[in-house]
Amino acid sequence: MTSLPSLPTPKKLGLVIDLDVCVGCHACVISCKEWNTGGYGAALSDQHPYGADVSGTFLNRIHTFEVVPEGGQVIGEAGEARIVHFPKSCLHCEDAPCVTVCPTGASYKRAEDGIVLVDEDKCIGCGLCAWSCAYGAREMDLAAGVMKKCTLCIDRIYNETLREIDRVPSCVRTCPANARHYGDLGDPTSEVSRMVAERGGFDLMPEQGTRPTNKYLPPRPRKPLAASAGPAVLAENTDGAKGFFAWLDGMLDRI
Amino acid sequence: MTSEPRMALSEPVSDEVRKTTCYMCACRCGIDVHLKDGKVRYIEGNRDHPVNRGVLCAKGSAGIMQHYAPARLRAPLLRTGPRGSGEFKEISWDEALSLATEWLDGVRQSDPKKLAFFTGRDQSQSLTGFWAQQFGTPNYAAHGGFCSVNMAAAGIMTIGGAFWEFGAPDWDRTKLFVMFGVAEDHDSNPIKIGISKLKKRGARFVSVNPVRTGYSAVADNWIGIRPGTDGLLILSLVHELLKARRIDVDYIVRYSNATWLVIDAPGTGEHRLFLRDKDGKVQVHETVTEQVVPLGSPGARAGLYGRVELPDGRSAVPAFQLLAEKYLDPEYAPEAVARETGVPAETIRGLAAEIGRVAFDEAISIDQPWTDVNGQRHQSYLGRPVSFHAMRGLSAHSNGFQTARALHMLQVLIGAVDCPGGFRFEPPYPKPTAAHPTPHGKAEHFGSNKPLSGPHLGFPRGPEDLLVDPEGRPMRIDKAFSWDAPISAHGLMHMVIANAHAGDPYPIDLMFLYMANMAWNSSMNTAGVIKMLEDKDPATGDYRIPKIIYSDAYSSEMVAYADLILPDTTYLERHDCISMLDRPISEPDAVQDAIRWPVVEPDRDVRGFQTVLLDLGARLKLPGFADNHGKPLYKDYADYIVRHERRPGIGPLAGFRGSSGDRTGRGASNPEQLQRYIENGSFFSAHIPLEAQFFKHANQAYQDFAVRMGFFDTPQPVTFQLYQETLQKFRLSAEGLREPLAPETHRTRILESFDPLPCWYRPFEEAAVSASEFPYHAITQRPAAMYHSWGSMNAWLRQIHTRNALYVPGPICDELGLASGDWVWVISHHGRIKVEIARMEAVNSSTIWTWNAIGKREGAWALDRDAPEARKGFLMNHLIHELLPPKGDGLRWSNSDPITGQAAWYDLRVRIEMAESGEVSEPHFAAVAPARPHADELRYGQEWTK
Repeated sequence: MTSLPSLPTPKKLGLVIDLDVCVGCHACVISCKEWNTGGYGAALSDQHPYGADVSGTFLNRIHTFEVVPEGGQVIGEAGEARIVHFPKSCLHCEDAPCVTVCPTGASYKRAEDGIVLVDEDKCIGCGLCAWSCAYGAREMDLAAGVMKKCTLCIDRIYNETLREIDRVPSCVRTCPANARHYGDLGDPTSEVSRMVAERGGFDLMPEQGTRPTNKYLPPRPRKPLAASAGPAVLAENTDGAKGFFAWLDGMLDRI
Repeated sequence: MTSEPRMALSEPVSDEVRKTTCYMCACRCGIDVHLKDGKVRYIEGNRDHPVNRGVLCAKGSAGIMQHYAPARLRAPLLRTGPRGSGEFKEISWDEALSLATEWLDGVRQSDPKKLAFFTGRDQSQSLTGFWAQQFGTPNYAAHGGFCSVNMAAAGIMTIGGAFWEFGAPDWDRTKLFVMFGVAEDHDSNPIKIGISKLKKRGARFVSVNPVRTGYSAVADNWIGIRPGTDGLLILSLVHELLKARRIDVDYIVRYSNATWLVIDAPGTGEHRLFLRDKDGKVQVHETVTEQVVPLGSPGARAGLYGRVELPDGRSAVPAFQLLAEKYLDPEYAPEAVARETGVPAETIRGLAAEIGRVAFDEAISIDQPWTDVNGQRHQSYLGRPVSFHAMRGLSAHSNGFQTARALHMLQVLIGAVDCPGGFRFEPPYPKPTAAHPTPHGKAEHFGSNKPLSGPHLGFPRGPEDLLVDPEGRPMRIDKAFSWDAPISAHGLMHMVIANAHAGDPYPIDLMFLYMANMAWNSSMNTAGVIKMLEDKDPATGDYRIPKIIYSDAYSSEMVAYADLILPDTTYLERHDCISMLDRPISEPDAVQDAIRWPVVEPDRDVRGFQTVLLDLGARLKLPGFADNHGKPLYKDYADYIVRHERRPGIGPLAGFRGSSGDRTGRGASNPEQLQRYIENGSFFSAHIPLEAQFFKHANQAYQDFAVRMGFFDTPQPVTFQLYQETLQKFRLSAEGLREPLAPETHRTRILESFDPLPCWYRPFEEAAVSASEFPYHAITQRPAAMYHSWGSMNAWLRQIHTRNALYVPGPICDELGLASGDWVWVISHHGRIKVEIARMEAVNSSTIWTWNAIGKREGAWALDRDAPEARKGFLMNHLIHELLPPKGDGLRWSNSDPITGQAAWYDLRVRIEMAESGEVSEPHFAAVAPARPHADELRYGQEWTK
C-alpha cells in the first residue's frame, strides 16, 4: 500500500489531447517508444520482433473506433458513421489507484508535479497496479519484469541540456496534427487549462473517480454541406446574348 | 509516505546530433538523428525544416528499426538456384560490377533498346534518367505510370503544375479545403500540419473519399463517393457554379485560354483547333470593333462567347462558349449525377454553394503591388480562399486524367490558382507544357553505342510526337507514347514485365530495376508476374526475360527474382540530393532543396545505388560519366552532386553555389557545397520576394526570379488550358482528318476519351464486366504508419499493422449474412482471393477495401515463415489484371488510362462469396527465401539504462 501525496499537488502536469484533429497516424506511439526505450528505466522490449506472435511494450497507444451514433449529423451516404482515433496513455490521476495498490512503494505520484511514476528499483513486477488501472495504461515489460508507464517524459521536461522549446514529452513534440498539448492543468491560466475551458475538455471515464489530470477535447461541431444548399437555380439560357452570356457581357465590361 | 527517489533528469540525450533528410516515405522531412556510442539513439523532426517544422510521423520516428532491420541486404548477390528459390551466393563488388558491366555493354553495343531500366522509389530521377539517356536505351522511366501520372500530366497540361510536389494549399489563408482521394500519404506531415491549422481557424475541411479513415475521419464533411465517379461530381460542381454565376470572369480572361477562338469546321483537319494567324498567334474576338485580332492586342476586349464568321467562310467561337454550353447541360445537374456518384443532390449543391460563397463573398486581399507579364500594374493580390488537393483516388482510374483536368478547370473558373488562400505553385513550377521536352525514343533517336538524342520522358504536342514506327507500332517496351497511351509522361512501368515476357513489341535481354517490388505489391496480377519472371523459353532453356539486375536495400519479394543483386544502403548511410532538377521540396514562398549524407557508416558490404550507377556509367565509358580517356568523371554520388552541371552553372543543388558559396540557383560548383548544406541542416531555402509570390504563372517579378534561379533561361508564363488543343489533335487523327492518322483499332477509344474539355466516362473495367456479376468496387488505402511494402521489416511499425482485414460495408454484410471474422472469397474477372473480413460502416456502401501492401510473401523481409503478414495478410493485386477483359476486338488493352497509361488500380470490380474459415489467406506462395537469423527479443537502448 502506497500513499498519494497531499492534494492538490502544486502543479498538475499532464496532456490535453484534441480529438478534433487526431488522424490516428501513430506518430506519438512510435516517438514515445523510441524516446523511452533509451530513456527512463528499462528499455521497452519487443518479443518475437520478426515473428508470428510479435508484441512489445508501448507507453502510449491509439485505439480506433467506429461510432454510429443514434441520430445526429448525417454526412455522406454512409449515414452518421464516424471514425474516432483515440490516443491513450497514463492520465496521471489525482486519485490514482495504481499508486495506492502498490505493495512496495514503487508506484508513486510525485508531490511536486503530480506525475505518476514507477521506481523500477522497487518494482517487483506483481502487476497489481495494472489490474487497478481503469484505463489499461500500464504495461509490464516482459524482458525487464518491471511495470512501464508514461513518465510524461520526465527526462525531457526537466532536461536542461535540451532547448526550452524541446522540454515537452516526445509525443507532444512529434504530433504532426498538433493534437497533443502539454502543460500545467493545475494552473487555470495555463494554455492547456484555457484550451480545456474553451473547448469543453472532458475527463475520461469520470465515473471511475480517479480524477485524471489528462483531458480530452471533443470534436468541434460540424455543419452538413446540405445545409448550405440553396434552392435549385433555374436552368440557364445559353442562347445568344441572353441569360448567362448576357451576364458575362456585363462582367467583361467591368474588367 | 516514503521519500521520492532522486533522479538525474538532465542527462544529455546523445553525443552528437546529425541533421539529414528522412526517407521513410516520399515526404522528405528534415530529421535530427541523435547518435550515442555510435548508435542511433533518437530521431526527431528538425524544427527549422520547412517541410515538417519539427514534427515527425510514425514512420520517421521508427527510423531506428528501419536502419537496424535484419532484412537489410549485406553484400552483392549472384543467383545460384532457380529464380524464386532465393538461392544466392555472396560475391564481391568487383565481381558484381564486372558482371553488370559485361551484361550492359553487350546490350549497348548490339541493340540498346534491349535494356529496360526502370526505377521505383527513386528520388534521383535526374541522375537515373540522365544515365539511361547516355546509355542510349529508349526504355527508361520511374514509377509514375503506376503511381499518379494522371495527376501530374493533367495538372501540367491544364495549369502548368500539379498537386503535392509542385504545389500546395495555402494552409494559412484558405477558408475551404476540399480533398479528393487522398489516403494518409502524399504528402504526410504537411497535410496533417495544414489540416490542424485550418481546423483551428474554423475553416471547413471537406474530404471526398469512399473510405473514412485518417484525414477523412477528422473532416468536417465526408463525401463517401462511389469510386471512379469523382469527375462527374466535379463537373456537377462546375454546372452549379456556372448556373450561380460564381465564375471569376476577370481571372479567366487574363489567365486562361477562355477567350481563344476555336475553329468550327467539321470534317476538316482544323476543326476545333485554335484559330491562328500566319505567324502562329492565337486569335480572339475583339467585341468593340467586332474584329478578329491576335491575343494580347492592346486595348482589345476579348469576347467569351459569340460566333465569328471568318473571311474564309469558316466560323469560330471562343473556347469558353464551348465550355459553358457543355457544362450547363442538365446532364451535369446534381440530381442527374446523384445516383451515379452516390452523393445526394443537396450535398453537391451545398458543396457548390460553399465553394462559390467562400471564393467570392469571403475573398481576401494582400496589399502588395505587382506587375503582370503584360506589364499591367496591380495594387494587391486578390485571393479566392478555396483550395483543393487530390492524389491517387482520382488518378488511379482509367478516367483519371480527365477527372484531374476537371478539378483543375474548376479551380481556374473560380480564380483560385496561385492566389492567396488557394492552391499555390511551388518552384520550379508553374511550367508550361511548351517548356517540357517532347519524348525521345523514335528510331532515329537511338542506336548502337550512342546516347539517346534527348530525354526519354516529356509531353507530346500531338500525334506527330508519338514514339511509334511507320506502321504505328510502339517503340518502347512499355508502349509509352504510343497510340495505346499517347501522353504517358511517366512511362508504364506496370506493363514492362508483361510486355517483355510476351516479346511485345519485342523481347529484351536485360531488365535493370531499382527499388521496385515488381514481384509483389508493385505489380498488377502478382501471381502472373511471378510466373513471367520464372518462365523459360523451351527452345533455348533461357528465361524469357534473360537477365535481371536489381538494387534494393532490403530482402523484398523482388530480390528472389533477380539474377544479380546490388545491395543499397539504408537512408542514414547515403548521399542523396532532393533536387530542383527533379522533385524538390519547395514551398509556395520559397525555393528549397535538400540532401542526405551518411550520418552513420554502413556496417555491411553495401553501396549507395547512385554511386554504383556512376561507377557502372564510367565502366561503360558513357559520355557524362567517363572522360575521353575512359577515366571516371566522378568519384561517387557526393562528388557528382557537387560537380555535375546540367547546363552551365546549373547543378543538382541550387544552394551555396559559386566559389564562395554565395550564389543561388546559378553559379559555379562549390567544393564546400555539401558541407554548407550539412551546416544548414541538410536543406537550402531561398525566399521568393513578396511581389513575386502569387500569380506566378503571370507575375513578371516571379518570371524574372525564375530565370535568375536558373529554372528557365527565358520567362515561361503559363496560360491555363481550359480547352486542351493537344487532345483535339488526337481526335482529329482518330476521325481520319489529320496526319498522322490513328490506327483503326484505336479510333473509337480516342474519340471517347480525348475530349478537349474535361469529361467523365465510366471506368473501363466497370464498363467491361457485368454489374450483377461483379457488383462491388474494391480499393486499397495507405495506412499512415506504413509506406507501400516498406515497414513490415520494421519491428515497431509492424506491430501497428501486422495483418490486414478486408473491410466490408455493413449493408453488404447484412445482405450476405457476414460478420467480422468470417472468411470470404473475393472474385474479380481475373482471379480470386480468400481473406478474413471486418465489418465497417464509414465506407461507401458498394466499396470493399483493405490497407495497401501489408500482406507479404512467406520468407521475404526476413520475417519468420509464420508471420501474420504472410499468413493472414493479403494483396488485392491478385484480383487486378494488367490487361482489361477481352472485348471481342481481338485486342487486349492495358488496364490503364487511355491518355496517360496510368495504372487503373482502383477500377477493380468484385463480388464476394462466403468461404470456409481458414488460417491462411489465399493465394499463398511457397517461401521465397531461406530464413534469416534474428533476435527473438529486442531491448533497444537497454545499454543506456541508468
